[in-house]
Amino acid sequence: MTEARPLTPGIAVEEPAQETEINLYIASQWQLMWWRFRRHKLALIGGTVTLIIYLIALFVEFLAPTDPNAYSVRYTYAPPQRLHFIDRTDKGIRIHPYVYGYKVKVDKVALRRTFVIDKTKKYPVRFFVKGTPYKLWGLIEMKTHLIGPVDPEAPMYLLGADRMGRDMLSRMIYGTRVSMSIGLVGVALSLILGILLGGISGYYGGSIDTLIQRIIEFLRSIPTIPLWLGLGAALPPNWPPLRVYFGITVILSLIGWTGLARVVRGRFLSLREEDFVLAARLDGSSELRIILRHMVPSFLSHIIASITLSIPSMILSETALSFLGLGLRPPVVSWGVLLQEAQNVRSVATAPWLLIPGIAVVVAVLALNFLGDGLRDAADPYA
Amino acid sequence: MLQYIARRLLLMIPTIIAISIVTFIIIQLPPGDYLTSLVASMAETGEEVDQSALETLKARYGLGQPIYVQYFKWAWGIISRGDFGQSFEWNKPVTDLIWERLALTFVLSLSTLLFTWIVAFPIGIYSAVKQYSLGDYVFTFLGFIGLATPNFLLALVLMYISFKYFNQSVGGLFSPQFVEAPWSWAKVADLMKHLWIPMVILGTSGTAGLIRIMRANLLDELHKPYVVTARAKGLPERRLLLKYPVRVALNPFVSTVGWTLPGLVSGSAIVSVVLSLPTTGPLLLRALMSQDMYLAGSFILMLSVLTVIGTLISDILLAWLDPRIRYQ
Amino acid sequence: MANQDQDILLEVKGLKTYFFLDEGTVKAVDGVDFEIRRQQTLCIVGESGCGKSVTARSILQIVDPPGRIVEGEILYHRRNGNTTEVLNLAAMDPRGQEIRAVRGKEISMIFQEPMTSLSPVHTIGNQIMEAILLHMPVSKNEARDTAIDMLRRVGIPKPESRINDYPFQLSGGMRQRAMIAMALVCRPSLLIADEPTTALDVTTQAQILDLMLELQEEMGMAIMLITHDLGVVAEMADDVVVMYLGHAVERGDVDSIFHDPKHPYTRALLRSIPKVGLKARERLDSIRGMVPDPYHRPAGCPFHTRCDEAIPGVCDRIVPPRIPLGDGREVRCLLYTEEYAGER
Repeated sequence: MTEARPLTPGIAVEEPAQETEINLYIASQWQLMWWRFRRHKLALIGGTVTLIIYLIALFVEFLAPTDPNAYSVRYTYAPPQRLHFIDRTDKGIRIHPYVYGYKVKVDKVALRRTFVIDKTKKYPVRFFVKGTPYKLWGLIEMKTHLIGPVDPEAPMYLLGADRMGRDMLSRMIYGTRVSMSIGLVGVALSLILGILLGGISGYYGGSIDTLIQRIIEFLRSIPTIPLWLGLGAALPPNWPPLRVYFGITVILSLIGWTGLARVVRGRFLSLREEDFVLAARLDGSSELRIILRHMVPSFLSHIIASITLSIPSMILSETALSFLGLGLRPPVVSWGVLLQEAQNVRSVATAPWLLIPGIAVVVAVLALNFLGDGLRDAADPYA
Repeated sequence: MLQYIARRLLLMIPTIIAISIVTFIIIQLPPGDYLTSLVASMAETGEEVDQSALETLKARYGLGQPIYVQYFKWAWGIISRGDFGQSFEWNKPVTDLIWERLALTFVLSLSTLLFTWIVAFPIGIYSAVKQYSLGDYVFTFLGFIGLATPNFLLALVLMYISFKYFNQSVGGLFSPQFVEAPWSWAKVADLMKHLWIPMVILGTSGTAGLIRIMRANLLDELHKPYVVTARAKGLPERRLLLKYPVRVALNPFVSTVGWTLPGLVSGSAIVSVVLSLPTTGPLLLRALMSQDMYLAGSFILMLSVLTVIGTLISDILLAWLDPRIRYQ
Repeated sequence: MANQDQDILLEVKGLKTYFFLDEGTVKAVDGVDFEIRRQQTLCIVGESGCGKSVTARSILQIVDPPGRIVEGEILYHRRNGNTTEVLNLAAMDPRGQEIRAVRGKEISMIFQEPMTSLSPVHTIGNQIMEAILLHMPVSKNEARDTAIDMLRRVGIPKPESRINDYPFQLSGGMRQRAMIAMALVCRPSLLIADEPTTALDVTTQAQILDLMLELQEEMGMAIMLITHDLGVVAEMADDVVVMYLGHAVERGDVDSIFHDPKHPYTRALLRSIPKVGLKARERLDSIRGMVPDPYHRPAGCPFHTRCDEAIPGVCDRIVPPRIPLGDGREVRCLLYTEEYAGER
């Protein structure tokens, strides 16, 4: 042993498994975790879906057929179109993607416009089509979209249009970036606070611990939603969207950190008594080294699991706040902002597709929950 | 036990004071106050501003004075006269506006809590005992969906379905003829008829959460040595299950009441907005938006106090259930 | 031999209890045979993980899933007046009425950890009375009186008030006494004690063992004592079964096991006891190697990997049969077969 190594299996020595046979004794901790995680089918699916969602968030501009804020009064509340592939013409069958146009019928009595699919108008659709120009990540100028009508002026609303004739699909895709990143940023903020304060609390104990615990208890005793509402209302209406975005993440992590701090503190408290920490201390390791080299690695996996599990609640909170009009505001597009359009029954009744962003929320939260659950189970490979 | 309760009660006082301070800061955060915006809008429409009335209000709440003076005036009003201040928007004392709504909120939350328990408890036990069975998978999956669906989305979907297919609006807690009616048995019965929809909507995520807690707790307990001891005594499985592991698993379950109840109260805020229920939520939201600060502040304060009381109740329950805490 | 048959309380024949896990099947008990005689003490010795606890739990059919008895008989000789009825416990439904009537009433069990083996949220009185009310037609008050008597009998002071205590209010030794009271309150004919003193300090250990001997004399039950402590065996046992990796490698009466051990494992075990007169700093003999991983049981005799006398090419191939040596002694080692006796 050239350096103090932990005596308990809390941290295993990183060693590659030389044998093809699964050998529980020489596998590293991360390997064991992976084996356990792999057994958890739902977690694997959740992990994959999460990855896909984040990839969508990354390539929003390319994936969205149009600009999310491009409106067209002609197509207010246009229903979703079906993407057709088989084109039966007089000259035989052609296989290419296309959508039908809309015909507007005006109901003279109810004074309502209804859309009917107009089979006489066919708009060809193409993959990797040149459309509205955009800057990918604000850097690279591009025109290619994954899918879009060949004629940029042609109507294509695969998931319908909203009150202002904006394309729901594009809006949802753009919303992915905001909603998913707000979860990440919020968790990152709470993580910093949580690990710092939880670590101090658990490692030093005593009166600092009591003080921090009191603060946590206090913050937890304030009902979250009224608190959020109050703070959300306090964000000045004239703030630019980006500042509102950060304001909201700060508000969300204000409560979020307490949970993480508790996990970290609990871990520190139990690890402090472990033999391998004592061994490292007797070896003359410095406090910082003990914390960073011996203690943190042994609960890192737990922290990762807790993070994964707290992202969904951030997403849900943002959605709820924005839905009520106290969170993000247009022109920023998030799932919550989109759902705000569905606030009253009548608009939902005329355009049920306004609820589709809700499905996105449920799927994202489910995927993250499954992933987090699997990670949590795998976090303790020796259990 | 009594000593324990007394100690907890004493601890509540500083917490509530701290909460009231935070509440006050929150409602003061938005720039400007209601009076300035009121004067501005009145001036805009050319209405005569009643200077003397304005001065009275200003003096009473210490508006324009340092924030701590305003806080003390507000807090003193509550302690000495039960005066939570004036709602500027409604031009009524806050007390006239909040009590009925708080009571309805409480009724709704409590019935949701009961609903949650009645559903979650047996399912949680079933899921743990029959771990990895088909039923366990189904309930676990449904539970996950319940947790992942925001309450307001569920409310929207239900409203859409009943509007579209039954041509019926599910909003509100009363039928139209009872909304303004004074309290009577008929009104209570009408309330009961309407209560179940928000109850179910609010209860889903809580139920899902509790099922998971119960299942996890019970799984922890099922293989403890004391269960083996009881089995070795010759106890029938069902009796054994209910008397030992379920009883022990109940403890962490009870300790969740503390946050379930306030969670429900605050969760109901959003659902109430969607379903336009006459509970605290919609009024709080409106008050926050229009900077009706005393109304908003009183709501936040009352809901927080409710939370603190909820935590206290669950701690007392826990102490009553668990001798290890009681005899400490 | 007829006389001896009368004497037999419990016979375990070819017991196999396996655990079916995702990683593979763990053969925790893989062919164990022994007898327990009335009013006698049988000790089962072995290292941790050798299957002694699972054997004990198999008798009462309280092995937790995914473990279950896959083969073998557990014959319990129930005495009704002058006649003896033989019940096969291994064939009973683990959740059924039949086995439950035996548990706690005729065969009862105490465990290693008296803290966790008692419910933390019920008084000891409640837990003892439960056993009485389950098996005997008495009223609650009578059950309470019986429980108090039993607590007094196991040496708990002031049993009238102690009966209302919760386990965490008692010391470790007192808790184990309460466990014993609970186990014996229905006057069983067999008490299975699974390492009852391991979690206790040495003085308390001795007290508990003395108490068990005393109670055995008074109430006349047989004891099946599971331990890894050869000192305890020497003090308590009439008969001994030595277990290694799910096999009963050797059995016999206590004197012959200690003075004339046959199986290489038994001999190694006995060598590892510190002896009076051992020179300072002299190394204690320990068995070389480690207990193999339960998923990778060695083929042939399970002990051959650590055995100094193993015959290469034989012991790693052939599972040794049971070889009777007379006087109720038995050993499972190829060195005692006629064929390989020369290798000894």
